[in-house]
Amino acid sequence: MSDLSSSTAELKLPKDIAAEKGMVNVQIDGVWYQFPKGTRMIEACRSVKKDVPYYCYHPKLSVPGNCRMCMVQMGMPPRPAPGQEPVRDENGYEIIGWMPRPAISCANTVAENMGIRTSGELVEKCREGVMEFLLINHPLDCPICDQAGECRLQEQSVGFGRGVSRFIDMKVKKPKNVDIGPRIRLDDERCIMCSRCIRFMDEVAGDAVLGFTQRGTHTTLTVHPGRLLDSNYSLNTADICPVGALTSNDFRFQMRVWFLKETPSIDVNCGTGTNIVIHTRGNTIHRITPRQNDAVNSNWMPDSHRLNFHYIDSETRLTEPLLRENAKHLSTTWTQALETFSAKIKKFAAEEIAIIGSARMTNEELLLLDELRIALGVKNFSLVARNGEADALLIAADRNPNTTGAKLVLKQEDPYASLAAIRSGIQSGKIKALLSFQEDLITDAGFVAEDLTKLDFFVQSTLLANPSAAYADLILPGAAFAEKRGSMVNLSGRLQRLNRAIEPPTHARDDWEMLRDLISSVTGEKSVIHSIEEVFKKLASTVSEFNGMTLSKIGAQGVVIHETGYKVALLENERARKAAGIING
Amino acid sequence: MPTIKLTRPKLDSGEKIYLGAIFKGFFLTLTHAIKTLRGKSAGAEGLASSGLGVTMQFPEQRWDAHMPEYYRGAPTLVTDEQGRERCVSCQLCEFICPPKAIKITPSEIPSDDPWAKVEKRPLEFDIDMIRCIYCGMCEEVCPEQAIYLRKDYLITGTSRDQMVHNKKKLYEIGGVRVGLVNKWNELK
Repeated sequence: MSDLSSSTAELKLPKDIAAEKGMVNVQIDGVWYQFPKGTRMIEACRSVKKDVPYYCYHPKLSVPGNCRMCMVQMGMPPRPAPGQEPVRDENGYEIIGWMPRPAISCANTVAENMGIRTSGELVEKCREGVMEFLLINHPLDCPICDQAGECRLQEQSVGFGRGVSRFIDMKVKKPKNVDIGPRIRLDDERCIMCSRCIRFMDEVAGDAVLGFTQRGTHTTLTVHPGRLLDSNYSLNTADICPVGALTSNDFRFQMRVWFLKETPSIDVNCGTGTNIVIHTRGNTIHRITPRQNDAVNSNWMPDSHRLNFHYIDSETRLTEPLLRENAKHLSTTWTQALETFSAKIKKFAAEEIAIIGSARMTNEELLLLDELRIALGVKNFSLVARNGEADALLIAADRNPNTTGAKLVLKQEDPYASLAAIRSGIQSGKIKALLSFQEDLITDAGFVAEDLTKLDFFVQSTLLANPSAAYADLILPGAAFAEKRGSMVNLSGRLQRLNRAIEPPTHARDDWEMLRDLISSVTGEKSVIHSIEEVFKKLASTVSEFNGMTLSKIGAQGVVIHETGYKVALLENERARKAAGIING
Repeated sequence: MPTIKLTRPKLDSGEKIYLGAIFKGFFLTLTHAIKTLRGKSAGAEGLASSGLGVTMQFPEQRWDAHMPEYYRGAPTLVTDEQGRERCVSCQLCEFICPPKAIKITPSEIPSDDPWAKVEKRPLEFDIDMIRCIYCGMCEEVCPEQAIYLRKDYLITGTSRDQMVHNKKKLYEIGGVRVGLVNKWNELK
């Protein structure tokens, strides 16, 4: 190094080096870090693994700073007198003058040469005091409270509380077990007035029905007179409630959360592909909650999608292959079912067979379905479109979760195009055999019973004993979305992974295994595919968009493999609010 | 680590052939046998023996009266003096139970019930007595003073089903317990 460069480096102060990058220097618990300008103190602390407890702060909501739990000790360099040079230490940082009173870290942004202490006597005393105030009126409901086990108040009471109550007066009484909406139960005594739910309903769901009434210790969370908390996003308030004030009616008293195993997966109710966590105990799903993915669903999900899992272990669930003999369905073995399939399907010419698949199938299943189609030489092939109304937030008009994936895997612009042709072919008697996968033709595809009775051979693979299953000659029970691994591509072209949370019941089979065996029974060759990874490998080598991918490479947040330009309204709104500095994002 | 050197005891030749020790043992056994026949074995009275040694002749004789205060028998559910079932099915006992003997199905108390404010109670409460190891952790962990180990130790059955104590059976054995903290009572 030359003398010149070292001398200029000496002249440069840390604040100038940071300022060049749009950063500021902040000392957290004695260590200097650089953060972008405008970072909240709480986020700065969290990013360097210094935990600051909080209740009301939420990165996706505005910051009211009302719980006072996130207080830290803050310091800035003292302002020099006129003509006085600031005092610097040997590294060029100014000496911090610590403020005698704490500051909330959620509502303040970092500044150049700021100091933050997240521990120490002052901070610990503050937290203890805040906890004591919060617990003054909090009921001892933990044994009957659904939040117990994932309750921030419980956790932080253990972490920062006093352990013993000094309060001898009566606790304030408030309404309990209030029915404020079809899916949410309110317990006002448990509420700690963090206002997260109020802000969520106002800022994200766009339906400001919640609010506080009364003052002081009598502050009560309530719903607007004459209104109900009936938004399709109401259950998100139960997720963000740090205590058990808002709880889900559906999950109410079902299972304590410490028994639940969490499996990350994705939602299959619409093209958005909301990231979810499936909570299970044993082989039962108890609830589904959204999982954060800022490119797909932020932290939220609609109630209608979240609660659509009870069918998985319903009464009508099919658990073994069924073969129809004399208008009666009798249970059979898979070997028998596959033998019957290959024997019967070979009686038909290729143009007499039609295949109806589903865009609810994973990419791997669609690939194998296409192979089955090629093995049979079938040209009559379609998926079933499923359209609903898009809401202005997360739900897409396309209610199939894998339309984009189907287009890519099947290499078709419109995989739904020939459904009408297949139906008319059945009606005219040209098509005599029909294979339907994961669709209820009568309910979802507009078929009527007469169409299906015309068929000589009708094979259906479904989860439930649905109306069209009654007419099927062979029923093959498949696996639900929570019971299989696989991948799907959402409307914005993001490849995401489904994970297996529970096992399929009794003799129901993972769909890719079923399709593989159907192909083998048609071709007569033993399949060499033994795992879903191998199916994906095949997919990666045949479809250009999937090149170089593996199931494990998809990861928890998914990978964009195909730009579609699709926009999610809720995310656009969130980005705008982030750009305006209302939220941290 | 400090090292301690142990020296083996020096044995004389008599001890080395250990014939003497064998006869010593025989003699000791014989003295006890004679004492037993005379009904004078040690601790016989305290253990309520049948007269022959310290052996209690079960089931004609029971040691129920001699059971210590801290004896841990079958876990049971209790009601309080107000007739309220104390369990709120918080499932902490199910969680803590080392052999996983407890299985609870929670349910909501209907709003017309006098104890509707408690909100929650077990719909089913099964303890598999084949699995139970009588450790008493369920009693220790219970935040509602609802589960107690009673002194019942004769848990028998002719099938696995009979060995599962359901909610009805648990309350039957448990009975009423007075003097507990009634935290759910309405305050004045």
